[in-house]
Amino acid sequence: MARATTTRSKITFTVVGWLCGLLLFFPILWTFLTSFKTEGDAIANPPYFLFFHWTLENYAEVQARSDYLHHFLNSVTISVGSTLIGLVIAVPAAWAMAFSPTRRTKDVLMWMLSTKMMPPVGALIPIYLIFRDWGLLDSRIGLTVVLMLINLPIIVWMLYTYFREIPGEILEAARMDGASLAKEIVYVLTPMAIPGIASTLLLNIILAWNEAFWTLNLSTSRAAPLTTFIASYSSPEGLFWAKLSAASTLAIAPILIMGWFSQKQLVRGLTFGAVK
Amino acid sequence: MATLHTRASARLMMSPAVILLFVWMIVPLAMTLYFSFLSYNLLTPGAHNFIGFTNYYYFLTDPAFLTAIGNTLLIVIGVLLITVIGGILLALVLDQPFWGQGIVRLLVIAPFFVMPTVSALVWKNMFMNPVYGLFAWIARGLGLTPVDWLADVPLFSIILIVAWQWLPFATLILLTALQSLDGEQKEAAEMDGAGAISRFFYIVLPHLSRAITVVILIQTIFLLSVFAEILVTTNGGPGIQSTNLTYLVYAQALLQFDVGGASAGGIVAVILANIVAIFLIRLIGKNLDR
Repeated sequence: MARATTTRSKITFTVVGWLCGLLLFFPILWTFLTSFKTEGDAIANPPYFLFFHWTLENYAEVQARSDYLHHFLNSVTISVGSTLIGLVIAVPAAWAMAFSPTRRTKDVLMWMLSTKMMPPVGALIPIYLIFRDWGLLDSRIGLTVVLMLINLPIIVWMLYTYFREIPGEILEAARMDGASLAKEIVYVLTPMAIPGIASTLLLNIILAWNEAFWTLNLSTSRAAPLTTFIASYSSPEGLFWAKLSAASTLAIAPILIMGWFSQKQLVRGLTFGAVK
Repeated sequence: MATLHTRASARLMMSPAVILLFVWMIVPLAMTLYFSFLSYNLLTPGAHNFIGFTNYYYFLTDPAFLTAIGNTLLIVIGVLLITVIGGILLALVLDQPFWGQGIVRLLVIAPFFVMPTVSALVWKNMFMNPVYGLFAWIARGLGLTPVDWLADVPLFSIILIVAWQWLPFATLILLTALQSLDGEQKEAAEMDGAGAISRFFYIVLPHLSRAITVVILIQTIFLLSVFAEILVTTNGGPGIQSTNLTYLVYAQALLQFDVGGASAGGIVAVILANIVAIFLIRLIGKNLDR
């Protein structure tokens, strides 16, 4: 009897669960499908779901007409660059806070978190003017630095929550065996810290890739990452849905795959360790 | 000796991060504050006179300001309602064992990884277009008149788009919290004859309260500054119907070149965000001690 109810509830939840999942995923699936349609098929009414003339011309056209690859590489440079620089700065800081905490460590962490809460419009005008005067507008280096700074608190926090889980006794044991600080870091702690650093790297590339306040305001074409490039489709001419879909599919595919791998870290990273 | 040495090196290791963040926080904020007292327009070069609180006076008495504050709050509250309630329901479903659970989970969290400009444009065109969009097609199929979403209900449309992006985040966090719920407690309640609904309200919901608070506060930080979705869909319009505080400041600065006025608006936004931030800092600070 009990088993029968379980099976029935399992079937119910299978149906409900898949319906919810497909409903939420549908806009992405629709974008993916539309990217293979001709522009005429893309606006057909009633819409074509699967039985249309499949074509790759949109992908070719997005590259040929607007140099998609250029913007893709900008996105890669800016998101990976800002994350790597952020890690170089954050690893020592998080390390020190996790392994030699003082009375003020918590205050420093809290203060770092509070910088994340400053709304970007509070800094937009001076940053824009500084960038204009220093010739940094629409430059990859400028965007990399800004994205590094806005994500630095998250990087420090994530690393801190990971490092804190490394047992301190291991450190002491190594120290007793006469290991120097440098040896301690290279041979004992680094292997244990690698997973945490990798997760942080992954999540921050995702965040930087999708960042759309600073990239939209500080870049126009030369350094424009995909966020800005896609935004240029907001005032297009003629039929463009299929091309928009192709550009969008290419823009979200790599990050969606990375995101699926980092779903666990997402919770930890974005809640600053409050939910694990 | 050793501790003194460690402490000094710890300070050294922390200093680059601390100094950089300090500069990043203080310099732009101080400049914004300074500009907010100046008569400073990029179109009129020359002297920037000190004009006291005039910029604040104009910003705060501009009818657009009240509209923008209202819209900002509506976006925050609307998205929070959809994502928290929807997130709880979805998390409850995903917490049950069923076939293909792992795949459904991936489908559900996917929207979070879509960049804001993509999701806004996909919704704007392929779903909300009054002639060719899918919603219009569905409406016609049901014998209704299609709605011109972004012209007739712009704010609601933006709330819908932003909620779609944030629902996965809420779901994922609530699901994580749900999975840490002690199964024995639920079983005991079940044996005592508690129905599914009372089990939800007396056991599950209290257990989720912390996660719900975290979701609300973190989303609020981001939702106060919704920008890209507005920029690529409505440009704050029609009129100023979908202008929020962030967009208002952006428009004043980079479209009207009024640095002084926009800076005053920026400071107002900072004050507003700080009120929210105080609560968040307290909450997360408490959890740090555990």
